[in-house]
Amino acid sequence: MLFELDQVTYSRAGAVVLRDVTVRLPVGASSVVGPSGSGKSTLLRLLNRLADPDAGRVVYEGKDVRELDPLVLRREVSLVPQLPALIDGTVHDNVAYGPRLAGHSFDTRSCLELAGLDPAFAGRDAFKLSVGEQQRVMLARAIALEPRVLLLDEPTSALDEAAREAVEGTLRRLRARTAISIVLVTHDVEQARRLAEFVVRIDAGRVVAQGPIAEVLEDSEVALAEDAT
Amino acid sequence: MSIPLAASSINVTLGEVAAALALVAVAAIASRVWNAGLEEDIGIAVARSFIQLTAIGYVITVIFDEDSFALVVGLISVMVVFGAFTARHRAKDVPDSFWPLLASLAVAAAATLGLVVALGIFDPTPRYLVPVGGMVVGNSMTAAAVALNRLGEDVHDQSRRIEATLALGATSSQAVTPLVRRSLRSGMITLVDSTKTTGLIFFPGTMVGMLLAGADPTDAVRLQLILLYVLLGAVSIAALMAITLARRNFFTPAHQLREPPEP
Repeated sequence: MLFELDQVTYSRAGAVVLRDVTVRLPVGASSVVGPSGSGKSTLLRLLNRLADPDAGRVVYEGKDVRELDPLVLRREVSLVPQLPALIDGTVHDNVAYGPRLAGHSFDTRSCLELAGLDPAFAGRDAFKLSVGEQQRVMLARAIALEPRVLLLDEPTSALDEAAREAVEGTLRRLRARTAISIVLVTHDVEQARRLAEFVVRIDAGRVVAQGPIAEVLEDSEVALAEDAT
Repeated sequence: MSIPLAASSINVTLGEVAAALALVAVAAIASRVWNAGLEEDIGIAVARSFIQLTAIGYVITVIFDEDSFALVVGLISVMVVFGAFTARHRAKDVPDSFWPLLASLAVAAAATLGLVVALGIFDPTPRYLVPVGGMVVGNSMTAAAVALNRLGEDVHDQSRRIEATLALGATSSQAVTPLVRRSLRSGMITLVDSTKTTGLIFFPGTMVGMLLAGADPTDAVRLQLILLYVLLGAVSIAALMAITLARRNFFTPAHQLREPPEP
């Protein structure tokens, strides 16, 4: 099992965001789906210790993440946030940021290609790119760390249809060319269906279903249809 | 070398001080005419400055008469504590800012006063250490407060960017490094700019005071230069140390933002 969350509760400013969450995420492509404010992004941040739960534990490949060095964990389990948050400088500066900190070698050109960007972008000012291009630079700089897991928080929510299809294509190619696992947070059930094999449905901080995507989404749709009648 | 004191001094009566209030009345009238709403604040400022300066005047008189180094250390320590309390209110976005401020003001005061005494610029007597110490602590407090205020605002405004760099394996120190540069600059820029323009656009207070007291202009200028250089060093130490100590307070030991961005 890639990740296990055991009875995890997390609060923020006195409000419970996740309540008694128990989840198993296998190796491969998983998706966490649910409406806005349901706690999806918070769950993702617990996986690479950008936050720690108030109660319960988060396990990565059999080890409690609190026993791991958070810096090493974050280089192995790399998160791409929902909105572009680039550093000042060129696209190359952004791609180089993580590997330089870790002392890894890296190849800007291949990272940009994997993220679906023309390598000629390397010298461009990162802040002069479109939102869609910036989002792909975020993906490229995460890939540059050569992570084993990519955590993707609504990677296409700020993009138009064409840019969304491009990023989804990038993720499919990335998975075909590398052994990387992904955990995708999205409010878009169809995107989860397109990109993941396993799904966790979450609502108001509680897990309402989890399992292989065909079963969970079909069951949910049946339940929704029954509620509607 | 010690700077010679003015050979003579001027005597100021309370009546002359009261006469200077005529210009305060102008300020109050201007505030009333323009509905600036500053009359009450001007009144409070006048009353507080009179009470505080008169009180510190008596304290300094006692310390000068006693000629006690321990009393000097005690007075400057009190200034440092009050300075840290005052600056803490300005740096309200910085968690637990009091201790970084206290440490930075104490080190800035000790380092700069220690250096000017060790170099023989000033004798280690209350007559030199008290006024110079007051200037060092006051300017250091302002610089540290401005620097921390800027750091707190920037960390709050850029929490997404900071967390994105933490997610790439940056330590908390590395994640705030770009903000530290800006905060340090904010803390120091006022004094640096005023040092650049000194003698051209304005005459600094010490030099004016010495000239009014009848000192030789050359001595007044040299003493002012020493104080400007000492202050530049002091504010650098205070701002840098306050930022270095306080930046940890935004993060947990596991390099997590204590106040993460809104989802």
